Amino acid sequence: MSAATGFDPAEWEVVIGLEVHAELATRTKLFSAAPNRFGEEPNTHIDALTLGLPGSLPVLNRHAVELAIRVGLALNCTVQRSVFARKNYFYPDQSKNYQISQYELPINRDGWLELPSGKVVGIERAHLEEDTGKTTHVGGGGRIHEAEYSLVDYNRAGVPLLEIVGRPDLRSAEEARAYVSELRAILVAVGASDGKMEEGSLRVDCNVSVRRRGEDALGTRCEIKNINSLRSLGRAIEYEAARQVDLITSGERVEQQTRHWNEEDGRTHTLRSKEESDDYRYFPDPDLVVLDPSEEWIEQVRADLPMLPAARRHRLAERSGVELERTALIVERGLDELCLAAIDAGADPARTLTHAEHNLADERATGLDPAAFAELVTMEVDGKLTATQAKTVLAEMVEKGGAPAEIAAAHGFEAMDTSQLEAMVDELIAAHPDEWQRFCDGDAKITGFFVGQVMKATKGKADGKVVTGLLHQRKG
Amino acid sequence: MSAGTAAAIAGAVRAGERRAVDVLEEHLARIEAREPEIHAFNLVTTDAARAAAAAVDEQVARGEDPGPLAGVPVALKDNLCTRGIPTTCSSRMLEGWAPPYDATVVERLAAAGAVVVGKTNLDEFAMGSSTEHSAFGPTRNPHDTSRVPGGSSGGSAAAVAAGFSPIALGSDTGGSIRQPAALCGVVGVKPTYGRVSRLGLIAFGSSLDQVGPLAADVADAALACEVIGGHDPGDSTSLPEPFPDLRAHLDDGVEGMRVGIVAELTGDGISPDVAAQVRAAAEALAAAGASVEEISVPAVTYGLSAYYLVAPAEASSNLARYDGVRYGLRVEAPNSVEMMEATRTEGFGDEVKRRIMLGTYALSAGYYDAFYGKALKVRTLIRRDFEAAYSKVDVLISPTSPTTAFRFGERSADPMAMYLSDVCTIVANLAGHPAMSVPYGTDAEGLPVGVQVMAPALGEVPMFRVAAALERSLA
Repeated sequence: MSAATGFDPAEWEVVIGLEVHAELATRTKLFSAAPNRFGEEPNTHIDALTLGLPGSLPVLNRHAVELAIRVGLALNCTVQRSVFARKNYFYPDQSKNYQISQYELPINRDGWLELPSGKVVGIERAHLEEDTGKTTHVGGGGRIHEAEYSLVDYNRAGVPLLEIVGRPDLRSAEEARAYVSELRAILVAVGASDGKMEEGSLRVDCNVSVRRRGEDALGTRCEIKNINSLRSLGRAIEYEAARQVDLITSGERVEQQTRHWNEEDGRTHTLRSKEESDDYRYFPDPDLVVLDPSEEWIEQVRADLPMLPAARRHRLAERSGVELERTALIVERGLDELCLAAIDAGADPARTLTHAEHNLADERATGLDPAAFAELVTMEVDGKLTATQAKTVLAEMVEKGGAPAEIAAAHGFEAMDTSQLEAMVDELIAAHPDEWQRFCDGDAKITGFFVGQVMKATKGKADGKVVTGLLHQRKG
Repeated sequence: MSAGTAAAIAGAVRAGERRAVDVLEEHLARIEAREPEIHAFNLVTTDAARAAAAAVDEQVARGEDPGPLAGVPVALKDNLCTRGIPTTCSSRMLEGWAPPYDATVVERLAAAGAVVVGKTNLDEFAMGSSTEHSAFGPTRNPHDTSRVPGGSSGGSAAAVAAGFSPIALGSDTGGSIRQPAALCGVVGVKPTYGRVSRLGLIAFGSSLDQVGPLAADVADAALACEVIGGHDPGDSTSLPEPFPDLRAHLDDGVEGMRVGIVAELTGDGISPDVAAQVRAAAEALAAAGASVEEISVPAVTYGLSAYYLVAPAEASSNLARYDGVRYGLRVEAPNSVEMMEATRTEGFGDEVKRRIMLGTYALSAGYYDAFYGKALKVRTLIRRDFEAAYSKVDVLISPTSPTTAFRFGERSADPMAMYLSDVCTIVANLAGHPAMSVPYGTDAEGLPVGVQVMAPALGEVPMFRVAAALERSLA
C-alpha cells in the first residue's frame, strides 16, 4: 500500500493503550540467584534455573516483589493476592519453553497515573514475570525458519520484569510519549528500574485503533512491537493511525494484527494476525505458591515511598503560582526542591522558575545553594543585573559555586545608567542612518543590530530590553 | 532387627564393628550375581561407591560420626539428580546427561553417611506402572522374573527386594513408590506433599510428585524419611514443619486408634486374594486394640479421571524443556524449529508422548475449564471427602494395588488397564496426604500383597504406628 498520509484530527480520533515492560533493578533474577546485569559476555549470568536444567526449581526473589509493590502503590493500584502461571510456548530463548508470568491474578490492579497536563490515564494491571533470553538467527534474513544457525544468550533469561498494562485512555502520539515519560519518571523515582529504553530495560508495545469522533465503540486495534525510543513511539502511532484511517476511508477493514515497527522505512509491517496467535495454555505454576503480601509489608512499602513526580508538580505549581504544565520540566530535572527553597528564601517565584526552565539544564544545577540562587534572582528583579548578566552569573555559580554579588563584581557587571545608554543609542542612530531608516520602516530584524552594537560597546552590561525600549522611543 | 537392615548396618559401622567397605562389597557381590537377570539399575556406580564407603570408614577411624546411615548402601531412582553422574529418567532424551548438582535428598543422604550404589530403572520420566516403559529395557520382579516389578520406581523396588541395597529412593506421583513396593514385597512411603524436597527431582507432575523411600522394613523406611525429610528453602512448596521422630513412635501400638477400611476399594476391580489380605490386616489391627470400621470415601472413584488430567497437563509443560537446545539429545535438522521437533520425536517414547498430548489438550484454550479447571475442583472435593473420613478415623487402609505383580506385556498394550493399576494410590497424591505400602502376606501363587495405610496431611506418625503394628502382626 502507499505510504500512509495524514488525516483530519477533527474527524478522526486515535485511541492508544500501552503495555510497558520494565526490567526491575534487582541484584539477582526473579526466581534464582544468577546476577541481573546488563550487557556482558553471553551466557555468563546463568545458573541451573536460567538454563531450565532438569530438577531445578524457582524460588521467588523478595526484592523483586517489593519493587513491584512500590510501583503498584506509586501507580495507585490495589496490591492483591496473586498467582504465578506458566505461559507455554516453544522458542529457543525460552529455556523451559514456558515463561513464568501472572495471568488471572496480577499483583497490582486498577491504578492510574497523572500526566503533566493533568490528564489521568488508567492502569489495568502491573504484574511480575520473567524475561526471556536473546536469540540471534544467523543467515536467512534473521528468521528462525530460514537461518543457517541460531545463537542464544541466556543472560537476560529470568530477569524480573514488571508488565504495566495501561488502559486505552491515550488520544495522541504526544500523549503516549508523555505517558511513557511519566511512567519512566515514576519507575526511576521509586528505584524500581533505570528506565532506559535504548538498552531495553523499558520496552513499549503499543495498541492503536481509530474511530470517527463521536463514536462510542472502539475500532479494531493493532499491536505494534519493536518500538525502541520515545521518538519511534510517536512516529509509529502517527503512521499506524494514518494507515488505519486510509483503510477505512477506502472501504476496507482494519484487521486485528500484531505489527512490527520498522525504524528505517518508518512503517509498520504485519507480524501475525489474530487467527495465528498462540494458545499459551496458561495454568497456575505448581512449583510456586500463592503470593500474598501482608498488609504490614504493603503499608511499610507505602510509608517508604518518595514524593512522586505528579505530587511534586502540584506542590511547585501551588507554591510558585505558575500553571501546572510549566512545572513538568523543572520536576523532571529534579530542580523543584531548589526552586521551593529559593522561593522560601525570598526569591520571586516566576523569575526563579524561568531560570530553572531556561538556564539550569546542567545536571550539576541541583547542587546550587538555594540562598545564593535566591540572592541572584533578587538582584535581577531589583535591576542590579540584566537578564543576560544574571544568566552568566548563574552559569558560573553552577560550575564553580560562589556568591552572586562577588561573581557579578568580578565580571564588572553593574546596572548601566539609563542616561548613558540613551547617549549611546543616539550616537548609534547618527552613525548608522540606513539601518535606522529600516528600523523606522518597521523592519523588526534590524533591532538586533542596534542591541548587538550596544551590547558590544558595554561588554554585555546593558539590558537588551531597555535598549529596545529606547529605540522605539526615538522612533516616536 | 536383622543384620541386613539399614539400621543394623549403620549401628555396626558407627560402632566400628563393621567396615563400610565390607558392607558395600557384600552388596556389590549380590548385584553382580543377580543384576543381569533383574536389571534394577541403569548404572551401578561402583567406583564412586567404593570411594564413599572408604570415606565413611575414615570418618569412623578419626572418631567422627558419619551419621545415621553410616555405610548404608542406597539406590537412587534415575530421576534424582546426582552431580557428575548420568541421570537419564530412563529416556533417550537425557541419555548421557550428567547434572551439575545433587538433589537435596541426595545431599542429605550423603550427609547421613549413606553410600550411593547406583541409579535405578524407571518407566520413562516416571510415567507408568510396570517399568516396561523404560527406554533401556524393563526391570524384572525378583520374586518372579516373568513378572513386572510395578512402576514407575520398579528399579528401586526390585533393588531392595533383591537385597542390592536395604534402602532405595523413589518418587511417587500417582503411586510410583507404593505400587512397586507392593508388587515386590517391600515397604514404600509417599510422605505428605511438601515434606520432602523436590529440588533435584526431575519433574513429572509437580503438584503431585513426592520423593520417598523403599525399604525392607518399616523401621528402615522411617529412618530414611527422617534423613531426607524436612524443610528446604530451595523448594517453594516445601513445608516449614520439621520431620517428626518417627522411630520413637514405632512401638507405640494402635490401642485406641480408629482405623477405616476404604469401602470403595474392597470389591469391584480388586482381586479376591488382595482383598482377603486387607481384611486380614484389619483383623490384626483390631486384635492389637484398634477400632476398625468400613468407611466410604466417594472421592476415590473419580480420582483416576482427575489424575489423568492434572498429571499429564503438568507433564506437558514440565517436559517442554527437552528440546535439544541446551542439553541431552539433539537430532540435527536444517533449522532450530525442525531440530526441536526431530529431537522430541526421537527422544520420547510412546507413553510419554501420549501423556504430553493428553496434557496439552487438557490445557488448550476452550478446554481448560472443562478439563484442567474441573480436575482442580475435583481435587478440592477429594480433600473434603478425606476431611469427612478423617473426622471419624485416624487412618485409612486399602489395597495398595488391585492385583499382585502381573506378567510382562499383560497391560502394556492397553493404557487404560495400566492406568487402573493406580486406582488405589492416586487419591493420596491428589489430596497431598501421606500414604505407604506395607507387605502383608501373599496371594495363592505366593506373590507379595501390599496393604496401603493412608493418613491426613502431616499424619506420618499415626501412619507409621499402624504400619509397624501390621509388620509386627506378621512376625
